[in-house]
Amino acid sequence: MYVAVKGGEAAIDNAHRLLAERRRGDPAVPELTVAQIREQMSLLVDRVMAEGSLYDPDLAALALKQARGDVVEAVFLVRAYRTTLPRFGASVPVETGAMAVDRRVSATFKDMPGGQVLGPTFDYTHRLIDFALAAAGEPEPAAEAEPGPDAALCPRVTDILGQAGLLEASPPEAGAPVGDLTREAVDFPADRAVRLQALARGDEGFVLALGYSTQRGYGRTHPFVGEIRCGTVAVEFVPEELGFSVPLGDVPLTECQMVNQFHGSGDVPPQFTRGYGLVFGQGERKAMAMALVDRSLRASELGEAVGAPAQDQEFVLAHCDSLQATGFVEHLKLPHYVDFQAELELVRRLRAEHAAARAQGDAPIREAAE
Amino acid sequence: MALAGAATLAELRAALSDAGLPDRAEDLRAPETGLVMTRGRIGGDGRAFNLGEATVTRAAVRLPGGETGFAYHLGRDRPKARLAAILDAHWQNPAHRPAVEAALGAVADRRAGAARARARRAAATRVNFFTLVRGED
Repeated sequence: MYVAVKGGEAAIDNAHRLLAERRRGDPAVPELTVAQIREQMSLLVDRVMAEGSLYDPDLAALALKQARGDVVEAVFLVRAYRTTLPRFGASVPVETGAMAVDRRVSATFKDMPGGQVLGPTFDYTHRLIDFALAAAGEPEPAAEAEPGPDAALCPRVTDILGQAGLLEASPPEAGAPVGDLTREAVDFPADRAVRLQALARGDEGFVLALGYSTQRGYGRTHPFVGEIRCGTVAVEFVPEELGFSVPLGDVPLTECQMVNQFHGSGDVPPQFTRGYGLVFGQGERKAMAMALVDRSLRASELGEAVGAPAQDQEFVLAHCDSLQATGFVEHLKLPHYVDFQAELELVRRLRAEHAAARAQGDAPIREAAE
Repeated sequence: MALAGAATLAELRAALSDAGLPDRAEDLRAPETGLVMTRGRIGGDGRAFNLGEATVTRAAVRLPGGETGFAYHLGRDRPKARLAAILDAHWQNPAHRPAVEAALGAVADRRAGAARARARRAAATRVNFFTLVRGED
């Protein structure tokens, strides 16, 4: 238990001044601008937006600068900022099938309308440190080619497979209110929509490790990447006072459609099942891990035995948020003097009792030895 | 509206001055930054879920002539939202509509150019994988 303490104002102020100086680093080195972070640390900015659950690249870049590059601290700043703003409402659900695609690959189909587009990927790089980047210099311009006639038509791979009935359909829109964990506490069992919201803002490392655990046998789901796509989608919003939809702008997203082993029943012939991942920015690892965990959290819905951590809703949802996790772990370093004093008293008493018991118990043994 | 959202503050200023229109307007709703919860769909085409919020700035104005205009944009740029609302209000007047559209033409061109360049760069990375016959088969 934490008991409030007083005092230390001057020390705290000075600690924050020292923090500001360390944040700046060597003054002989030019200071980073927010625009530089936004443009050149873009995947880090994307991660802060995804886990901060707030799309605003400039704000995420500024938070990273303030946080000295600490992702969880930056997420904290972004989450705190959002609480200061009113909510205008919810967008029209984005149409990822109409995405302006920068990258789109499938591990299940070689040939599909729109093709396989590698885009700006680390895949197939040699992972050798490029010392040329340590020196200033502009890269050669990206290659260009005329988009094929089908380039603008990128149907989701799952739509193609779904047409033949080989793949389960997405859960249909029922017009029910969309659960929002920022407004109501999560009830278990949690609805899939709420689970996806939690995973989308969940810590990438945690979600990745859970996804990995399902591959290693802790709740196996036999996944294939049906499709990963990165690009921008238009976001539309219907303001209450207008009553018609207005375009807010384009948001970059990464979507992963995981296709998993079959399921069937007396009524439904065997078909592939699915897991879904969607995150702000270019966050392929996160989207893939999210899709793996989404699928494993469907275990009981699909009649599978629930035993592995990644299948346990309460375990996953209660621990995937980096801000909640860091809050509880890091609060341990705040003064716990009163609490610890009580524990100290207790352990002293137990030791005294132990010593007394030993003194009594030991006496006959010594006598016997004599 | 989509064009004004994609434009920079400087581009909107230039558009208003190119169209020869005044920027005088009364605030119906002072520029305000808030949040819109961005939604996705399970599986891309299923039930809606909340992906995460986005900052959005809105403004609404009335011109001295009585035309009203509004703006809703991603981001936190309040002066830009107000200017976009003024342009929207001028666009409501059929006499000014062609001038507003012509002045925003530069933004439309820049946007189309950027989209084209992006699509051309992606197209250069389109790949055809070949499945090889494995030696042991």
